[in-house]
Amino acid sequence: MYEGPVQDLIDELGRLPGIGPKGAQRIAFHLLSAEPADVTRLQDALQRVKEGVVFCEVCGNVSERTRCRICQDTRRDPRLVCVVEEPKDVLAVERTREFRGRYHVLGGALDPLSGVGPDQLRIRDLVSRIGTDEITEIIIATDPNTEGEATATYLVRLLQDFPGLSVTRLASGLPMGGDLEFADELTLGRALSGRRSV
Amino acid sequence: MSLYRDVGVVLRVSKLGEADRIVTLLTRRYGKVRAVAKGVRRTGSRFGARLEPFAHVDVQLHTGRTLDVVTQVQTLDAFGVGIVDDYRRYTTACAALETVDRIVTEEREPVLRMYLLTVGALRAFSGRVRDPSLVLDSFVLRAMAFAGWSPALGECARCGLAGPHGTFSVIAGGTVCAACRPAGAVRPAAATVRLLDALLNGDWTTAEASEEAARGEGSGLVAAHLQWHLEHRLRSLPLVERHEATIDRETRQPESSNPVPELIRQRASALEEGNGPVSSPGPVNTPGHS
Repeated sequence: MYEGPVQDLIDELGRLPGIGPKGAQRIAFHLLSAEPADVTRLQDALQRVKEGVVFCEVCGNVSERTRCRICQDTRRDPRLVCVVEEPKDVLAVERTREFRGRYHVLGGALDPLSGVGPDQLRIRDLVSRIGTDEITEIIIATDPNTEGEATATYLVRLLQDFPGLSVTRLASGLPMGGDLEFADELTLGRALSGRRSV
Repeated sequence: MSLYRDVGVVLRVSKLGEADRIVTLLTRRYGKVRAVAKGVRRTGSRFGARLEPFAHVDVQLHTGRTLDVVTQVQTLDAFGVGIVDDYRRYTTACAALETVDRIVTEEREPVLRMYLLTVGALRAFSGRVRDPSLVLDSFVLRAMAFAGWSPALGECARCGLAGPHGTFSVIAGGTVCAACRPAGAVRPAAATVRLLDALLNGDWTTAEASEEAARGEGSGLVAAHLQWHLEHRLRSLPLVERHEATIDRETRQPESSNPVPELIRQRASALEEGNGPVSSPGPVNTPGHS
């Protein structure tokens, strides 16, 4: 145990996800030896993120204003909405530079084992958007795991009756750079069932 | 036992660090085992897709200091495929997995009957032959019987007087006679008690012939009996879809305040008028979208 403020800092850092006691100690001593200006910059960034960042009233993405940059951008196609679980998934899709529509962030996936049901996600907001905005396609881009697939199943069932709306799901299959012999049965099965003519 | 191999069912997964997961397995020989699966959240993971909830796998583990480490996995039955594409089956199967996770508290204690029961239940959920709500109730009753909490249904739970008795007490542990009836006991329909007995003993002919009212009342008693004895509320139970879904149940709103049918009507009428579904979008631009 270190004295007062140093131990307090180690304890606080240790509460962050992915940081264990050794990592917390290393960061704390790095901060102790850092230039005061660097520490002040970190302090300001932490304060700004807590005070200045809100969730976009339309899509639920993190934003500095009530509407995020993507929802304000008139060059984006308002007919296409990509539904993702978390704000970090928006960044992942944006990195592809393939998608020019808008987003809807659910805030998680349906996971009854963790007590997360439809009411805990922004599903009702999505339904309202479809009813009032000019949306013609919903692309479901939830994670390709059990919870993400179940969320996609739920959304498909909920949205299938909306006239003039097509609901699509991201394709899944073999990752680039992998060997076929190491592919698991589920992924390979999906790649086969979702094969396309070339 | 630095390296060992077993077959098991994945009960639960939770995130660990950047790309790892902690996997809770119910194995055939070693009972409940928690292990680290390294790098399985990366899309290029060799066995990430095999270690999802509901999966029945042949797994090789390396003994670790605190948690074991998964080194190899082969799929035996991909029950998840038949479960996740039906939201009702998904919620009921999740409740079954949580029940096992709560009942089996000790790690590394062999629980062969519970393992076999769980595999059978997952096969039934993914097989789509039986009503998932009945499968869940039957599974919970049998799992509780395994744990020593089987409800008394043919005799008084307190004095053992032969029944049938018309009163059910969760606190007493099943049906009770008039003399032993404690405060808070309820009077379920005779058909409900018959249904519970059929579910406990695997009499599917009787169970599937039961009325909707008996099923609803039976589910309530099973859930109360389970949670009373576990001394814990199951997170997944309130989220279980017991009936075939309607939009009202999906949104969990009373019919009068459910906006979905009205939104569908609004959208349909806007499309018929050729106006598009309202609002004023900006200029459409889709470069790069395929």
